[in-house]
Amino acid sequence: MKATPIQEHTSPLNAQQAQQLTALIETLTPMQVTWISGYLSGINASTASGEVAAPAQAAAPATQSEASEPLTILFGSQTGNAEDIAESLRERAEAAGLNASTHDMLDYKPKDLKKEKNVIVCVSTHGEGDPPDNAEELHAFIFGKKAPKLDGLKFSVLAFGDTSYEHFCQTGKDFDAQLEKLGGKRLTDRVDLDVDFDEAAEAWIETVVDKYKEELGGGDQPHPTVTAMPTAGGAAAPAAETYSRKNPYQAEVLENVVLNGRGSDKEVHHIEMDTEESGLVWEPGDSLGIIPENDPAVVEELIAALGLSPEEKVTGIDGEVTLQHALAHQYEITTLTRPLIEKYAVQAQNEALDKLLSEDQREALADYMHGRFIIDVVEDYPIEGITGQDFVRLLRKLPPRLYSIASSHAANPDEIHLTVAAVRYESAGRPRHGVASIHLSDRSEDAQLPIYIDHNKNFKLPENDDAPIIMVGPGTGVAPFRAFLEEREEREASGDNWLFFGAQHFLTDFYYQTDWLRWRKDGLLTRMDVAFSRDQEEKVYVQDKIRAAGKELFDWIERGATVYVCGDANAMAHDVHEALLELIGEHANLDAEGAAGYLKNLQKEKRYQRDVY
Amino acid sequence: MSDDKELSPVEHIKIASNYLRGTIADGLADELTGSIAEDDTQLTKFYGFYQQDDRDLRSERKHSKLEPHFQFMLRLRLPAGVVTGEQWLKIDELAHRYANGTLRLTTRQTFQYHGVLKKHLRPLLQDAYQVGVDARGACGDVNRNVMATANPDLSALHREVHDWSIKISEHLAWKSRAYEEIFLQQKPQGEDHEPIYGKTYLPRKFKIAIAIPPENDVDMFANDIGLIAIVEDDKLVGFNIAIGGGMGSTHGDEATYPRLASVIGFATPENTLEAVEELVKIQRDHGDRSNRKHARFKYTIDDHGLGWIHEQLEERAGIKLKPAREYNFERNGDPLGWVEGDNGNWHLTLFIENGRIADFDDNGNAHYGQYHGPAGLKLMTGLRELAKIHTGEFRLTGNHNVIVANVKPEDKAKVEELVEHYGLDDGDKHSTLRHSAMACVAFPTCGLAMAESERYLPELVTKIEKIVTDAGIKDQPIVIRMTGCPNGCARPFLGEIGFVGKAPGKYNLYLGAGYNGERLNKLYRENIGEEEILAELTPIIEQYGAERNEGEPFGDFVIRAGIIAETTEGRFFHENVGSPEAA
Repeated sequence: MKATPIQEHTSPLNAQQAQQLTALIETLTPMQVTWISGYLSGINASTASGEVAAPAQAAAPATQSEASEPLTILFGSQTGNAEDIAESLRERAEAAGLNASTHDMLDYKPKDLKKEKNVIVCVSTHGEGDPPDNAEELHAFIFGKKAPKLDGLKFSVLAFGDTSYEHFCQTGKDFDAQLEKLGGKRLTDRVDLDVDFDEAAEAWIETVVDKYKEELGGGDQPHPTVTAMPTAGGAAAPAAETYSRKNPYQAEVLENVVLNGRGSDKEVHHIEMDTEESGLVWEPGDSLGIIPENDPAVVEELIAALGLSPEEKVTGIDGEVTLQHALAHQYEITTLTRPLIEKYAVQAQNEALDKLLSEDQREALADYMHGRFIIDVVEDYPIEGITGQDFVRLLRKLPPRLYSIASSHAANPDEIHLTVAAVRYESAGRPRHGVASIHLSDRSEDAQLPIYIDHNKNFKLPENDDAPIIMVGPGTGVAPFRAFLEEREEREASGDNWLFFGAQHFLTDFYYQTDWLRWRKDGLLTRMDVAFSRDQEEKVYVQDKIRAAGKELFDWIERGATVYVCGDANAMAHDVHEALLELIGEHANLDAEGAAGYLKNLQKEKRYQRDVY
Repeated sequence: MSDDKELSPVEHIKIASNYLRGTIADGLADELTGSIAEDDTQLTKFYGFYQQDDRDLRSERKHSKLEPHFQFMLRLRLPAGVVTGEQWLKIDELAHRYANGTLRLTTRQTFQYHGVLKKHLRPLLQDAYQVGVDARGACGDVNRNVMATANPDLSALHREVHDWSIKISEHLAWKSRAYEEIFLQQKPQGEDHEPIYGKTYLPRKFKIAIAIPPENDVDMFANDIGLIAIVEDDKLVGFNIAIGGGMGSTHGDEATYPRLASVIGFATPENTLEAVEELVKIQRDHGDRSNRKHARFKYTIDDHGLGWIHEQLEERAGIKLKPAREYNFERNGDPLGWVEGDNGNWHLTLFIENGRIADFDDNGNAHYGQYHGPAGLKLMTGLRELAKIHTGEFRLTGNHNVIVANVKPEDKAKVEELVEHYGLDDGDKHSTLRHSAMACVAFPTCGLAMAESERYLPELVTKIEKIVTDAGIKDQPIVIRMTGCPNGCARPFLGEIGFVGKAPGKYNLYLGAGYNGERLNKLYRENIGEEEILAELTPIIEQYGAERNEGEPFGDFVIRAGIIAETTEGRFFHENVGSPEAA
């Protein structure tokens, strides 16, 4: 077995003990390890029963284990939302006397699933209905040949998603259906969460805790070490932070510059916000949540299309406001989703629209939705006499948008930097733009922007400053790596840093070029490879540069490098993944399966981390 | 002598460069920057190119966290400015493929590309090489492009002089294989050696021009070595040799000055190449390598005296020059339009404003508005079409004009048709004044520019045209030269009216150069803007219109009228400046 060396300062063991244990573990087979862990817990149980004075906290689970069956909460998500809710659930479950524990699906052994009696799955979906990276293995396992019979398992599923995607909550649906198919018993109905999930998640936690308590009994005494309150910003939030999604900080924009040179087809903004008074703390790899405002022009246009008055009173998210205010500040008024059209169709009573929603017209509906916004539906299928209240009832709450933070708190505690691609295009005969990106790009001057930190535990620098890192961040995907390098510069970390960047044109799209050049000159940026796709006849992308550097890149991995990938999930991340598999296969002399195993193992060791969207 | 003085930084770069290689190859391979290493920027001049950046974009790109828009100015080596139609077409094609889609004719009879990106340097030089053109020594501390009178009145003689320009150019070309290795990607071949230059080349640039009197279109006296072709009975019998010309100076530094070459004697064709080589070697051994502002041959000569040069020639190589022969120059401009040569072929000189070859759109813009010209003038296309049908050669002139040379009588009509169709200027499209005006490149690409030049002179000329018209002398040629800095690319100190940039919108005004290029001008007013320029020039031009003698050039008149003192020698350039009443 490979053992992470036990550090004296992170364990109660002295140096000699730590060394002996590490050495022993390295000689063990997995079966021996399992046996020893059982043996040790046996010893622990007997000491807890009175022979040695154990700390109170350690005693508690033992007491509870007598009271109730273990409740295993598994989470899998790209950004950490599922993890935050899973942690809240565990705390509430423990408070209710349940013997609950949370596990990252990445660290969970699929084979253990058959031993479980009670499982709760919190899982997000990304891309085209795919599981997030850390859920991939477990997801594949339950659908694979080795999937066990799960008779006697009681389960619940909480699914995270975004209704603007076609395969909304698909991974959650997969788990829900498959666990049942394998023999499990669904204890509560699956709940599918949209981007604005706070309240629904809270309600779900309550339901689930009640149900499992009813089912499993559990101790009467609340767990002594936790409070019944869920933490505001998720379990990972540092204690000092008081701002959250529900209680965002109002930040002022200090600087807004376009990073593209003249003549570029792209428009990417570098935005700096003042966080001096905020107390906000973040780590490289975290994201910034922004609660945007809809473009007043778009609001006006929509109200006109509805034939309503902006001054009409409606009951919005928190009481009575004008229609104009509700549409500008409270609701998502652009993105089309199937549920929205369904609700709209009920009121519209329009034959053509109903037809479009029928099961055999899914493709036609997808075609229609592509490149269209809510206003197009309003114009194409008008509802005679619709009221403002009728309309806002169809809408979902304006969700926050997340941007990878492009600066290090350690290096710049008073500012937070973002790299924002302004989304502007024309489709279906109308100019369109992204809500948050355009709010930031065009209307952020002198404005207060509601922001909060969205922590991402799955995209973090190695704790070891000597460890090398390889960063792959084409386009705006390079943002977190600017934070990584700022942080490593500030920490005087000695580990090597290698960055892959790509964009369309060297001359106009080389984001933060002067920063990289400075860091290369200072020796911080050990190596940088760039791919500018449209500067020559044959398109060149980061994955091509990765392939070309195969041997060196593999050597870096072998000497402990962590590989980070940030950016476009659809094409880029997949192509980079394939390139990595290829070079591992070639240089480790492995077949396809072997290479996949090698990369999977890197992922487990948190040495292959992705933040893709 | 500079032996005991500290060498200038550029000397150290040359010494360490291993025959001009430096780290140029590494710099070309670096994809993170459009620039090359700073030290290498000194070396690449020897390969014909300068690193520059678009100064119009400098500040906005810095704001966008982008490095400056680095690009290169690349100058070809083209002895006597002669190219075939095939070469013209290739040179034009490369401008579109690898540069900014325009061509700049220089005042040393060659083509200059602007806006060449680093990654395009190699392919450009390789493609040019395919048609027998290179850029070796077009810049750098070596002999530069060798000029020769372009006027083809005497075509047999022109060919002979052209052969001389090639012979000198080849003889003095640097020999290191670095050019072939780095840019043509040929394999290394044995050891390098530089028989004439040695490892450190020359202390500074070196310029040679050959003039055939009475034409001084090459401004022969502005060169380190000027050769005056002596013709007797229609036969070239040898050359008068003049040495120590050069324009460059530094504002506010009176130890620097422009100087015209001094005629030191006559050499027969058999002795000319040897004499030229020995003069180059004298400069190699005695030029100042500690101070680049004092490193041109002109300072070596003035520091030691002309007598010392004669001693050196004799001591080192046993060369004794004969007394100089009689010669007479009439002008340094180009006569435009058609002339018939002695072999019955025809030659057409076309005016190219600022030497900028481009297609201008309906608003008069080219290259995204970076250049301005007559609205709708498709100059580049017109010349390309001419190159497609022309069976003779093209000759670039020292006044950045173009001669379509050796047009057979039966082809003349076809050429005329294209000239007419594209509205090319064979002498009747612009005023005499504009035809006599010349500007350097300056903003936005030249790193040395302090003020606009190419982009400004045309509109200033329009305003001066009005003055000369009002003064009743609109057909009188007056040589106007403008540069954005005092380094002299458009030979501003040989302008009857000279403008040298000091700051954006501000120029030093010089008056009184010789119409035939044999006398320097002198500073008349310092650091003035357009309004003052026009206010100063108006009364002088009016007075010239009223009081000039028959055939008296403007530059002679301002001296005779006491408006400006005569500059008799470069050393005295800074004396008696300004107008007498102002002094």
